Amino acid sequence: MRTIITVLVLAVLFSSCQNSAKKTSNEKVSLTAAGATFPLPFYNLVFKNYTESKGIPVTYGGVGSGGGIRSLTDKVVDFGATDAFLEDDKMAEMPAPIVHIPTCLGAVVITYNLPGIDELKLSNELLEKIFMGEITKWNDPLIAANNPGVTLPAKDILFVHRSDGSGTTQIFSDYLSKISTKWAEKIGAGKSLNWPVGMGAKGNPGVVGTISQTEGAIGYVGSEFAFAQKTQMAQVQNSAGEYVLPTMASISAAAKGNIPDDTRIMLTNSSDPESYPISGFTWIILYKEQAYNGRSLAQAEETLKLLDWMVSSEAQAEAPNVHYAPLTEDAAAKAKAILRSVTFEGKAILN
Amino acid sequence: MNSDKITKIVLFSVSFIILIVAGGIVFSLVGGAIPSFKTFGFGFITSSHWDPTDGRENYGALPFIAGTLITSFAALVISFPLSFATSLFLGEYYRNTRVAKILGTMVDLLAGIPSIVYGLWGFYILRPFLIGIGFENQGFGVLTSSIVLAIMIIPYATSLSNEIISMVPNDLKEAAYSLGSTRYEVIRYVTVPAARSGIFAGYILAFGRALGETMAVTMLIGNSNIIPDGLFSTGNTMASVIANQFGEADGLKLSSLIFIGLLLFVITGIVNSIGKLIIRKMN
Repeated sequence: MRTIITVLVLAVLFSSCQNSAKKTSNEKVSLTAAGATFPLPFYNLVFKNYTESKGIPVTYGGVGSGGGIRSLTDKVVDFGATDAFLEDDKMAEMPAPIVHIPTCLGAVVITYNLPGIDELKLSNELLEKIFMGEITKWNDPLIAANNPGVTLPAKDILFVHRSDGSGTTQIFSDYLSKISTKWAEKIGAGKSLNWPVGMGAKGNPGVVGTISQTEGAIGYVGSEFAFAQKTQMAQVQNSAGEYVLPTMASISAAAKGNIPDDTRIMLTNSSDPESYPISGFTWIILYKEQAYNGRSLAQAEETLKLLDWMVSSEAQAEAPNVHYAPLTEDAAAKAKAILRSVTFEGKAILN
Repeated sequence: MNSDKITKIVLFSVSFIILIVAGGIVFSLVGGAIPSFKTFGFGFITSSHWDPTDGRENYGALPFIAGTLITSFAALVISFPLSFATSLFLGEYYRNTRVAKILGTMVDLLAGIPSIVYGLWGFYILRPFLIGIGFENQGFGVLTSSIVLAIMIIPYATSLSNEIISMVPNDLKEAAYSLGSTRYEVIRYVTVPAARSGIFAGYILAFGRALGETMAVTMLIGNSNIIPDGLFSTGNTMASVIANQFGEADGLKLSSLIFIGLLLFVITGIVNSIGKLIIRKMN
């Protein structure tokens, strides 16, 4: 018995020695990241492709934007991911300066469950009144006036929102705060809110599940989920006054126009006449100076190479396959410029 | 060292580990809750505001405390006739029969079903049913959650009281029969009074189980942060709000969620102590 144990212990020790020896000699790098769940399908796809072609394993944990920021703060990941950019005060709270890299665009879709009604136009006034709980029936004259020719049932409106904190809620409430002063004053924008009406469900699947099970329900979900599930989608009014459906083209159009050099901008209520107004970037965040916590230059280089590839046209072409809108050329160029400002011991890593 | 000593040391250290774990949980809960307590004080327990928006953060736990107690109590009320009848059936009427064994296994099986499955059943079967019979408008809320909770706690209430009921000495019952009591009278005046502290303990256990249940309730209660104003109202519970909001929480919100966790711990402790006190009084 004792000899067996000794042999086992020796075997374990031996194999672990070998492992660590291999690591140092070959400089085998693997990347770890964590953050937003909204771009998860896109990241899973491109990271898998990257690992297959380049042989660099990339692990991404969909723990939510807050978790992504926390993980980067704790320096346990190579990069984090978030759906909401960090405001200046939050940037200052990070242990070191960070940069934001936009990776793709998504939107928040207003989805509903009214059998047989495939076209629903919701003006900004209607959005405010429905989500503030001032309109409670589908056959309200205000909705009818905005949708001539559509017969709406005398059903109660059930608003289904997210019960968990979410970047989707952030984009949705940011838009409502822009179009409605009442919403901005009473509710505001954030990842989770003090909702005036309605009920909560967990995650995009929870919201879509609840809506699809409840006639008369309305809610908001991430576009990638709505497109994949082919839910009923309402047309909303952009700032040019046009009613638009969320599509790849209308979401991408939201990023036309002036993007600041650090790309930290909410794209909601874009002025482009073709844009879908509840759209936004999702970002990857990383430290501007990559020499921290004893990271090797190889680790930093591989991190940057991966991110540079993610904003390249090759990776961006994959985005529509999983229902995300690709970056505009302008946004991709800015992302590349930011990546070139990232340094290792003061020297730029990419050139 | 003799085996007696070894056993003693092993037992001592194992129970000590449990003590350390429990103490550690309390310690980290208290530590995490301090920022929230400093900001809101005891007002946290009585305030019904829950506003996580940046710049006007304000947290109060009353809606969740109310939601937890209301759903758990309603579940206890709904499950009582079912589980009490079942435990009499198993422990008295059909004691040691095949039927009782099958039924007893089925009841125990209920305890083994993951709570997400109860949640799904409530979501896809019970909720449309309640809407279908015109009982409810949208089917989410206190009533739906309580019914599902009631079914979930049946095994906890049943198995303990069934054990105790079957342990009531036969001498007592035979004495009652010999005095001409009917079966109903034996149960009413002998079995139940003799077993009442055990039966009660079973319900305390079941109530504690209902207080902490998370997944199934989260799927059915509607997750709106208001104090429920009736059986058909939506609401939220302490365990649900923690499960829902923990992922994206930081700073004061995270601390408030941990504070709620601490309160749940305290409430469960209080319920158990009251239960023990009553059991001691009964004996």
